[in-house]
Amino acid sequence: MLTKRIIPCFDVDQGRVVKGISFVELRDAGDPVELASSYEQAGADELVFLDITASSDNRPSVYDMVARTADQVFVPFTVGGGIRSTEDVRMMLEMGADKVSLNTAAVERPALIGEGAHGFGSQCIVVAIDAKRREADNPGAGWEVYTHGGRTPTGIDALGWAREAVERGSGELLVTSMDKDGHQTGYDLELLRGISDAVEVPVIASGGAGTPQHLYEALTEGGAEAVLAASIFHFGTYDIADLKRYLSDRGIPMRPVEDADAGGGSGEGDGA
Amino acid sequence: MAEVVIIDYGAGNLRSVARAVRHAGIEPIVTSDPDAVDGARALILPGVGAAADTMANLRRTNLVEPLREYIAADRPFLGVCMGMQALFDSSEEGGEHECLGVLPGRIVRFPGGLTVPHMGWNTLRFTRPHPVLEGVDDGAYAYFVHSYYPRPDDPALTIASTEHGVPFASIVGRGNLIATQFHPEKSGAAGLRLYDNFLRLALNGGSIAPEAAAATGGSA
Repeated sequence: MLTKRIIPCFDVDQGRVVKGISFVELRDAGDPVELASSYEQAGADELVFLDITASSDNRPSVYDMVARTADQVFVPFTVGGGIRSTEDVRMMLEMGADKVSLNTAAVERPALIGEGAHGFGSQCIVVAIDAKRREADNPGAGWEVYTHGGRTPTGIDALGWAREAVERGSGELLVTSMDKDGHQTGYDLELLRGISDAVEVPVIASGGAGTPQHLYEALTEGGAEAVLAASIFHFGTYDIADLKRYLSDRGIPMRPVEDADAGGGSGEGDGA
Repeated sequence: MAEVVIIDYGAGNLRSVARAVRHAGIEPIVTSDPDAVDGARALILPGVGAAADTMANLRRTNLVEPLREYIAADRPFLGVCMGMQALFDSSEEGGEHECLGVLPGRIVRFPGGLTVPHMGWNTLRFTRPHPVLEGVDDGAYAYFVHSYYPRPDDPALTIASTEHGVPFASIVGRGNLIATQFHPEKSGAAGLRLYDNFLRLALNGGSIAPEAAAATGGSA
């Protein structure tokens, strides 16, 4: 049976991992490659890096980080932030990323989704949607898509955009609630449910994880296939094995954390 | 010098496949040169993307016939994801497309009502032992990402099956050919073990086939 995924997310700025509290206040939590490797060992099912610097003169350092990560990490990882063209997509995949996430550039030029999907396969094109409630206490009023790291309202309806992104070839959606992000009070379950009912592809829940219960709700009520979180992991509040045990005990299919030395490890050397 | 050749036909995440081979202590040759196929002692066909594009790329790079000949000669071969699907007769992805036709069967889409792509970690249930799976547990988790799956005509081709709404063949093999629907290079320790076994058997004894292992008193 397909298991649900736990995905630690690293916000990367100038080669260092940081995490925004509601996209504003930043705290430093370490070296991306080292963290990625330790999270793989700890049982992360996938990893996401978001380059929040996203300026063009910063690209070589991001490529270098991606290549170094791919050398050491044998679970899938996604890179997002500042990817604007099919050439950017190609470079990221060539450096070793398994998937790229597109956000602002896809809203500004939706054809980019199709170009990426046709060139490299839908499986590697994740569309990231930053959504904010039009009315805080009334999900019926819908959600608006924001771009540029949550700074620019677009007027676009998040559910409609989710459908369009999938029709254009996105293989997965990363849905972040701007209302919930950074507050650790739980995901926006109505938003997740609305989008996961609207599309066939997997939805990754993002924004608001603070307790194991929040992950459970996103994977059940929210209908998400995966949960993304940052601060809940980076500051040692919960470890992945504990979270997986918690979810597994409540009937959510999870990949158990494997023993560090289970098969295929070092020491078997060069078969030749 | 051991020649492990990874076929580069202009698509696919070659870098992670190459890294998995290097992890086993071997430097692979990544190439689209049809002449390199014949010199290989172990051949890996990776791939992501659509079946039609994959076949178009293989034709454009003149790899179709060399691959068919290599496989017909029963030499060590590993297909991954689209590199597995391409082995069958045809795929219904984006209309019916002819594939390499070295394994009898067809690639079909998951039924409606499921989350598609089938993306994430799922379990492998072994239907028969195989030397390439030595040290990998029955029930091990592997990383999948695909919307279509293989339906072999001959059930004896199936080495492991996995379930996503329907059961499907997640590892198939015959003689010195083995192919996985999942990405062993993205499946943690179990996947690296599979690469390690494949390369060690191919390069040491020249055979990954269950019969050869049995004859030498080998594994499983």
